[in-house]
Amino acid sequence: MALTGVEIFKLLPKTNCKKCGFPTCLAFAMKLAQRQASLDLCPDVSDEARQKLGEASAPPVRPVVLGAGERAVKMGEETVLFRHDKRFVNPCIFALEIKDTLTEAEIKSKIEEVIDSEIDRVGQNLRIDAVALINDSADANRFESAASVIASSTYPIPVILCTTNPQAAESAVKMFADKKPIIHGMNSDNLEAMAAVAKTWKATLGISATGLEEIVHLTEKARSIGIEDMVIDSGARRAKEILENNTFIRRAAIKKNFKPLGYPVITFVQRDDSLEEALLASIGIAKYSSIIVLRSIEKWKNLALFTLRQNIYTDPQVPMQVEQKIYKIGEPTPVSPLFVTTNFSLTFFIVSGEIENSKVPGHLAVMDCEGLSVLTAWAAGKFTASKIAQFIKESGIENQIQHRELIIPGYVSILSGSIEDKLEGWKITVGPREANGIPAFLKSRAA
Amino acid sequence: MPFTPTKETYSGKIYTVAVGKDSGMITLGGENVLPFHTFDGLLPNRPVVAYEIQDSPPDDWPDEVLSPYADVVNSPVLWAKYCQDTLMAQAIALRLAGTHPDRANRSPEDAAQTVKDVLSSVDIPVIILGSNHAEKDASVLVAAAEAAKDRNCIIGKAQEANYKTIAAAAMANNHKLIAMSELDINLSKQLNILISQMGFEKERIIIDPMCSALGYGLEYTYSVMERIRLAALAQNDLTMQQPILGDVGIYVWKVKETQASETDVPQWGNLKERSVAWEAVTAVSLLLAGAELLIMRHPKSSDAVRKVIEELT
Repeated sequence: MALTGVEIFKLLPKTNCKKCGFPTCLAFAMKLAQRQASLDLCPDVSDEARQKLGEASAPPVRPVVLGAGERAVKMGEETVLFRHDKRFVNPCIFALEIKDTLTEAEIKSKIEEVIDSEIDRVGQNLRIDAVALINDSADANRFESAASVIASSTYPIPVILCTTNPQAAESAVKMFADKKPIIHGMNSDNLEAMAAVAKTWKATLGISATGLEEIVHLTEKARSIGIEDMVIDSGARRAKEILENNTFIRRAAIKKNFKPLGYPVITFVQRDDSLEEALLASIGIAKYSSIIVLRSIEKWKNLALFTLRQNIYTDPQVPMQVEQKIYKIGEPTPVSPLFVTTNFSLTFFIVSGEIENSKVPGHLAVMDCEGLSVLTAWAAGKFTASKIAQFIKESGIENQIQHRELIIPGYVSILSGSIEDKLEGWKITVGPREANGIPAFLKSRAA
Repeated sequence: MPFTPTKETYSGKIYTVAVGKDSGMITLGGENVLPFHTFDGLLPNRPVVAYEIQDSPPDDWPDEVLSPYADVVNSPVLWAKYCQDTLMAQAIALRLAGTHPDRANRSPEDAAQTVKDVLSSVDIPVIILGSNHAEKDASVLVAAAEAAKDRNCIIGKAQEANYKTIAAAAMANNHKLIAMSELDINLSKQLNILISQMGFEKERIIIDPMCSALGYGLEYTYSVMERIRLAALAQNDLTMQQPILGDVGIYVWKVKETQASETDVPQWGNLKERSVAWEAVTAVSLLLAGAELLIMRHPKSSDAVRKVIEELT
């Protein structure tokens, strides 16, 4: 359970030595209670206090790593219920289901599909992160041979081994020693044997429960035998139950610091209808799942899910930025108009969208203003006449267009004269204040 | 360790807003919990998907979303009936896009006639939207509101620049009103206050905090909606307790992801499925943030979203 500031204070040396950087032990205790400071800052804390406080000061959702090497992915460490309070920390993982009833060739093609899933979007590299091998055959040998097909792949793909049979788990997990796989799952019938396998092979243990009470029972049991890394599955498979259980789990972890539920959540959303599966996965992305297991990973679906994950896990305090460059909107020619704006992603999306709507192709010069919108960037001195002039000169656009006319946002019309002074031979035109005026603006120029 | 789930109870509650007439009437709001949090309290009414139709054939809808309506786009009446009778829509959003000066520049009188024709051909509630040209909307929506008198429609959108005229027309003709502001909880609150200061009951407002598409600012809309909901429930802010609108289709069907062919962008996959997914994923995430009236375009995505709403309640 979470300790209050005063409870923590009682365990500290009470010397007010300031070595932690805070003026008093009480102030430090308050910061610890809010999880805004680490106990490591106190050099004099006793071992006994450290042990007591260690649990209380650990992140409410335990960090767990899946896989090893450059493809390893981290989960957990979440601290809030709502993304506007503070950034959601570790983006959820997508895993493709692979049933052990498939042939070797089919399994290989699934792995190919995962490797092929990588795409770039707004400067980020996105992919299906893992595979989940399902012991659909209920046969240990079959599971082992399917696992060996995955293990023999040269691509270091993180693996979730889903079986309730400890023998099957053991024979498969051997092939992923030191690769930090997950063995999913431990249930009330196999708990000791399954926990032993996870412990021996240093695998993360997946708790496969029915309901939250059972998760609590199982994670406590596993902890008592020395297992620390776990992921939890409440058994929810339908939208309503997924939302309900994930919400209760996250609340227990964040608001009560309730350790038995302080683990990353794995959600199985497999459906035969791919769109339906995508929408169920969307609920998992927005509402607290750390691993989402999918039946199919068509490119269209991946793009939508990757994008939603990116949107939800964006830092609400840091504006989303797009890359500084000259964007081509439509198929512009050397005589097409040239606009300039800032690199706040929303500004970019709206301006480029409106140029597109106008059906007049254009060049859009997007200048790095640390992700601020036009007015804010201007006020902050990042979107000034000299900076705009320098950006245009250095952008190389002069070699791509025949005219020398730059359209600036209406909100910074005040800059037109000074940009003209600094950009020799250029004509500065003041565009509309709001992007939605662009189509009419371009239309009136053509007329 | 014994476990008791932490339930949240809030002092605030969302206003119950009934729209439409007689057998076609629908009810929005009434819940005292966050979206679909039925485990915390009451959710008496499910969110509603309204199918968008337009007064003149759209010239900016990509083929993927226009083709399902190919036989009806020339007639708003046939289009409305198709949504009601074939697609089993619970509501329709008639966007008077043709009144925009850059489009057909249809007159307020023509628009009013279209409203009358559509209303007399369907029983389900109708949301009447302007073309988002603040000036023109003021005259178009006044005429439309009169033409729809006493049909208990939702009229919109009233923005800072034109809310007085539109709110007065909605008030005089017994309609609900969409109050739209741009992605800012404070602007949204301020507009609600301005409108209610005119004597327009705040219980008859629908909040539109401005929508955005997946990948194009969705996180802003998502968080603004979530914050409005928390203000309404947790802080019991009486000026923010209206149902929230997500005007999804218009934002989704202009982004590249709903238009670029697989030939042009092979790594994005099939366009037909991608574009439908784009609208449906946008809609579902906004439902989770607090939207309970969605305006959508594609029959397939609308259908899929309605199924999710059922599965969530």
